[in-house]
Amino acid sequence: MGAPATVQLEGQSLTCAGEWRLPGVAALEARLEQLSLPRGRLEISGEALEGLDVAGARLLHRLVSRVEAAGGEVNLHLCEEHRRLLELAARVRRPERLHEPRESFLSEVGRVSWEHWWEFRGFLGFLGEVVAEFARRLLRPSTARPRRFLNELEQGGVRAVPIVAVLSFLVGLVIAYQLSTALDTYGATVFLPELLTTTMLRELGPLIVAILVAGRTASSYAAELGTMKINEEIDALRTLGISPFDMLILPKLLALIFALPLLTVLAGLSGMLGGALVNWAVHEQGVTAFLQRLPEGMSYRHFWLGLVKAPVFAAVIALIGCRQGLRVKRGAGGVGQATTRAVVQAIFAVIVINAVFSIIYNLQGL
Amino acid sequence: MLLELEQLHLAYGRTEVLKGLTLHLTRGQIGCLLGPSGCGKTTVLRAIAGFEPVDAGEVRIDNRVFSKAGRTVPPEARDIRIVFQDYALFPHLDARDNVAFGLREGRRRERRARAEEMLAAVGLAEAVRAQPHELSGGQQQRVALARALVARPRLILLDEPFSNLDVELRERLGIEVRAVLKEFGATALMVTHDQHEAFAVADEVGVMNQGTLQQWDRPYNLYHRPANRFVADFVGQGVLIPGHVSAPGKVNIELGRLEGRLITDVEPGTDVDVLLRPDDVIHDDDSEMTAEVRYKVFRGAEILYTLRLDSGNRVLALVPSHHDHRIGEQIGIRLDTEHIVAFPRATAEGAWCPTEPPA
Repeated sequence: MGAPATVQLEGQSLTCAGEWRLPGVAALEARLEQLSLPRGRLEISGEALEGLDVAGARLLHRLVSRVEAAGGEVNLHLCEEHRRLLELAARVRRPERLHEPRESFLSEVGRVSWEHWWEFRGFLGFLGEVVAEFARRLLRPSTARPRRFLNELEQGGVRAVPIVAVLSFLVGLVIAYQLSTALDTYGATVFLPELLTTTMLRELGPLIVAILVAGRTASSYAAELGTMKINEEIDALRTLGISPFDMLILPKLLALIFALPLLTVLAGLSGMLGGALVNWAVHEQGVTAFLQRLPEGMSYRHFWLGLVKAPVFAAVIALIGCRQGLRVKRGAGGVGQATTRAVVQAIFAVIVINAVFSIIYNLQGL
Repeated sequence: MLLELEQLHLAYGRTEVLKGLTLHLTRGQIGCLLGPSGCGKTTVLRAIAGFEPVDAGEVRIDNRVFSKAGRTVPPEARDIRIVFQDYALFPHLDARDNVAFGLREGRRRERRARAEEMLAAVGLAEAVRAQPHELSGGQQQRVALARALVARPRLILLDEPFSNLDVELRERLGIEVRAVLKEFGATALMVTHDQHEAFAVADEVGVMNQGTLQQWDRPYNLYHRPANRFVADFVGQGVLIPGHVSAPGKVNIELGRLEGRLITDVEPGTDVDVLLRPDDVIHDDDSEMTAEVRYKVFRGAEILYTLRLDSGNRVLALVPSHHDHRIGEQIGIRLDTEHIVAFPRATAEGAWCPTEPPA
């Protein structure tokens, strides 16, 4: 440690000496504040400085600005090295504000809407790319990867069977209870099977499956592809001459489109089973009676109307999961964000699409 | 010429990353791009590999245009292999299958046999069946190298290949990688921010800054004949001392008159900054010229002294380590420069701060 920093003012000349470095800056600053600087020309000599760092140079720069602001003039005597450091310090700017000004409500709404619009456009772009690639593959079926497809089918379809069966059974049970409470008031409990068919087969079954799969599979697609992306495995595949589309995206997409309708059938069946159980326990009607009450034509129509939605849900879920995974930039944090975004977007999309289907069905009088 | 980059321009949004980069690499050569982080060197690799389309300029390999504005041959059609920074091995495949993945043709058994040969060539004959997570960083790196080499591609790109390894391991592995690449006659381009790695592996090194190539040369020339201030600063240590060119080949500085070949183009009569490397300043007890020891770093065989001249300017000196002087002591020095690197004062850009830590 060298000599402590000093300043000495004699008439029109100021002499700086010692170590103008960070450890002594606080004392020095206080000392400089007290100085009553003379008017007019000031000679600052720094030849005796033993050391200068950016903190010291900032102080010196502030001193110079103070004199100049008061209309004075400064003559600096510094060695070359210190002069450059002073120039550097002069370029350091104090951050104007530490916090961004608060955004107004309207501009926030505008910004967020704009972001969502771009997100939607991005999705449409991805959809277009996938369709184009898929169309090209149809002409060359040799690029298909059946093993990857079966593997994805197991991951996304078979392994989802227990949870889909249990949850839709429970939902069917709950709906049946609620319906029978309401129907009891009018003594119309005989209509329970019809009502249950409409809700389970047409609306709730496909929706439960889609939401479950969105939570399970969209997140796992995003996580898998995101991890591969940050490990540069996707780039590695491409340089090795393997298209990530064939290897990763297409098997996932096709497997889900294949699996989701089957899961929907399963959900419908086990939901109905839950309803039948309630019907038997509360109204003491056997399963046979329950089945007889199912008006055949009606239930088939609802069954098909529900089933048509499943492949659409599947495609949207798979595409959202893959897209979010592929968008991950560097860092493991990105994978977490992508997973969350994939699940939120997939569930959102599923519910919106379901509503669109309902509107169309109603307009068509189905 | 195997690889030719002509006037490459590439921007991400409004940020220009490459601004007219030109680079040529002959067959069988190992080149290296050296530069600070954010200078665009990884982007160059990604442009060569075909991951990034270029806005202007051309990427040519074997006289075939692979990238130009509006046209990019996809990576899978380029026959280029990359050794990635994190190796990008497939975690569910063992070392042999990872390497065999690099081969697209042939039966599975043949591919595996060639993969085993390749692993033996990089010194991993025993680790053929190991999963990537069972291998050390250095071993994973060699598997990645084997995967890149096995199909004998046109060009191999190495993206900061040693950055995840221990410092001691880096230089050794660098020499090994160089030996393997040379054995297979591969043409390779590496990027790194570490000059020791670059010098250990490459035949020719290009120093990059802010999207342009500052100098493309042999390591010796980068160090001793830097083309500009940036190269002088980035490669090796040293200081710039003000001087004045008195006659062709003669420069006066405060330590006396330097005579020798001037590397840069400066007219007599101009004020210049002269580059003094630590090995240009020789410690000599008999010399009349002295300087004060301000700081020292022990480096084993040598000590790096920071010396203060009478004017307050500082120079660095690399001195055999048995000359152990105390801080504050005056020691004799003389200069030993066979050529002079001087930059005109007017081209000064940025502040040059000599290396001295706070006391």
